[in-house]
Amino acid sequence: MAGRDVAVVAFAQTKHAAADSGLSETEMLQPVIAEVLGQAGLACAQIGFTCSGSCDYLAGAPFSFVSALDAVGAWPPISESHVEMDAAWALYEAWVRLQHGDIDSALVYGFGKSTQGDLREIMTLQLDPYYLAPLGLDQVSLAALQARAYLEASGRTERDLADVAARSLRAAAANPYAVQAEALTVDEVLAQPHAVTPLRPADCAPITDGAAAIVLAAGDLARRLRERPAWIRGIDHRIEAHYPGVRDLTQSASTAQAARAASAGSSGSLGSLGSLGSAGAVGSVRAAGAVEAVGSVGSVRTVGAVGAAGSVRAVGSVGAAGAARPDVAELHAQFSHEELILRDALGLAGDVLVNPSGGPLGANPVMATGLIRIGEAAARIFDGSAARALAHAASGPCLQHNLVCVLEGE
Amino acid sequence: MGNRCAVIGVGQTKYRTKRQDVSIAGLVRAAALSALDDAGLEFADIEAVVIGKAPDLFEGVMMPEAYLADALGAVGKPIIRVHTAGSVGGSTALVAASLVQGGVRERVLVVAFEKQSESNATWALSTHLPFNSSLVVGAGGYFAPHIRAYIRRSGAPDHIGMLVAVKDRLNALRNPYAHLKIPGIDVAMVRATPMLWDPIRYLETCPSSDGACAMVLASESAAAAAPNPPAWVHGTAMRSEPIFFAGRDTVNPQAGQDCAADVYRQAGVTDPRREFDAAEVYVPFSWYEPIWLENLGFCAEGEGWKLTEAGATALDGDIPWNPSGGVLSSNPIGASGLIRFAEAALQVRGMAGEHQVPGARRALGHAYGGGAQFFAMWVVGSDKP
Repeated sequence: MAGRDVAVVAFAQTKHAAADSGLSETEMLQPVIAEVLGQAGLACAQIGFTCSGSCDYLAGAPFSFVSALDAVGAWPPISESHVEMDAAWALYEAWVRLQHGDIDSALVYGFGKSTQGDLREIMTLQLDPYYLAPLGLDQVSLAALQARAYLEASGRTERDLADVAARSLRAAAANPYAVQAEALTVDEVLAQPHAVTPLRPADCAPITDGAAAIVLAAGDLARRLRERPAWIRGIDHRIEAHYPGVRDLTQSASTAQAARAASAGSSGSLGSLGSLGSAGAVGSVRAAGAVEAVGSVGSVRTVGAVGAAGSVRAVGSVGAAGAARPDVAELHAQFSHEELILRDALGLAGDVLVNPSGGPLGANPVMATGLIRIGEAAARIFDGSAARALAHAASGPCLQHNLVCVLEGE
Repeated sequence: MGNRCAVIGVGQTKYRTKRQDVSIAGLVRAAALSALDDAGLEFADIEAVVIGKAPDLFEGVMMPEAYLADALGAVGKPIIRVHTAGSVGGSTALVAASLVQGGVRERVLVVAFEKQSESNATWALSTHLPFNSSLVVGAGGYFAPHIRAYIRRSGAPDHIGMLVAVKDRLNALRNPYAHLKIPGIDVAMVRATPMLWDPIRYLETCPSSDGACAMVLASESAAAAAPNPPAWVHGTAMRSEPIFFAGRDTVNPQAGQDCAADVYRQAGVTDPRREFDAAEVYVPFSWYEPIWLENLGFCAEGEGWKLTEAGATALDGDIPWNPSGGVLSSNPIGASGLIRFAEAALQVRGMAGEHQVPGARRALGHAYGGGAQFFAMWVVGSDKP
């Protein structure tokens, strides 16, 4: 892991909406860019590097990022790039760029208007076009397969999912940026008819329009721009095999791997993160096999999706035993069961505050949702309510690709 | 610029109208394996993968890095998907180089591809955002007015574009990977082809190709173990400007000038025509050679067509442009920029085969995209910077 200290110094987001406001992406984005630059006290021309994340398929047209550049005011021309991924990966690219040492600041933004199409069908267009996409699965059905595998393996129940949903909606109700939805009790969630068994509507992130932006700064500049910068102590990401049938859907080995890599950069103080997959922490051969599959290249072994009962819980409890841990975690869980899988993979203790913003179940502006996790985690460092925060972003079907970012105050 | 970075492996597929013999995954894997072979490495040696391509609508696969992770040996590793319009191939190389320059990774695999036969690029380029109007013109219809403006400004005679079309296709005859192979091509043959978007004739435009290109980028210590000569990265730069800004000059874009100035400054280049031995520049329509000669500072404004006319940019000229045959001969869109960067590296490695510029030691790789508003460039050399 490289050595230059880089921090989040500003974060802004839209008031996310569940219905189309009539604004174009550029119009939606511009006030957020203005606000985040205002927070940082920097003009566009003072930014060393700009990187964004968006997805053409949300608008159904190529180059959604081209007109978004109008919101930045890229004149004179700027040093700029774009990932067709959640903007959390744009932040990663910017963090890497800041490691070069010749520039000190970066602007990162992401945006998406999911209300413009059928997100549930669009999301599965990222499946293998020859063998998987033609099966016609929609996003919720694919997630439900993972949820079912997880419940079977872990012994958890639909009430555990409803707990996550109810807690997230309650937190979202207190977050002015979240989609304004009714807070529900656990019993009210359980009273909902299933969307796709075992998932109910409240277990699924809402269709959302929105945008978010972050300013990164290095070293002394960060200290000048923000009284209490959120220092990135580690950031890394890993992808798993694509086919749901060759992965162990009940665990997130790539999250654990990313967490270990991100923790390695923080002088070992985050030893409890990413316990899944470290040899001592995994008690079952099955779980170890899944990790091996992730590590092997080119020849992924087939690992059954069901049957890891016991190992998941064991990993969680081992992880929780670590001394250093985050005070807060913002997890990119678009479905209730994903939060539980991620908690296990990260070894988060039961008392770690998870998704105090309401998380993606409270607002899910696709392509900005992961970046917002980093922003919300950083905001807890800014205001002093957390000393250490963990942010997570996910991409691909069934948590295929995961990024972990560890933030600390000074 | 950070730590030193070198190209230690280059791989390309053969570019064809339709590669129906392979899947998308098979296509990218073939390029990746070829690059690894050049570098004397295996997938297990690679720490991170960076993949680029133009709009996902070109194949109908959204965010395809998820599907391609297995084929690229990326499982258990970080993978990033870059998309910056036509410049994406170049930007993808720069993102990969950045990982090495930032000291984050030692060995990075970079891959870019397009399989245009899976869909229809001109359709995909002509759809439009909700509440916006479509130009319904594709790329040729978009750029033709800019070319006419260039001709009017510079007073260039009308055969200049045809000279470029012939020169690049003659170069392609020497490149085993090139798509268009037209033995005996001459100005009369180009002139006889239909006018598509005045002044762009059929043989003055790029083909639609299937294909992939890959490179292995390495840190200084990792490059020391490479079996073949490395190409050292001497400078990298990206610049973007807004598409609808009324104050921009779309014929001689400021972003292109600024990007070139930045990358030349890093590489210590003050006179590009004399100090480069070769350039691989993104020329999808013939007239973009004289346009970019000026934008990149190889001559004064208004003089670019004179270099082309005098044969300066031919393989035996004083500054060969696109010895590989360029985008005019092979155009898997998302890969076209990476091919430019890779061909520049092959030149300074002395590994360009029959289209090698003798003794080339410093070369420019260039890509542009969007409404001539996104630019990515690198300078590579035989010597360590």
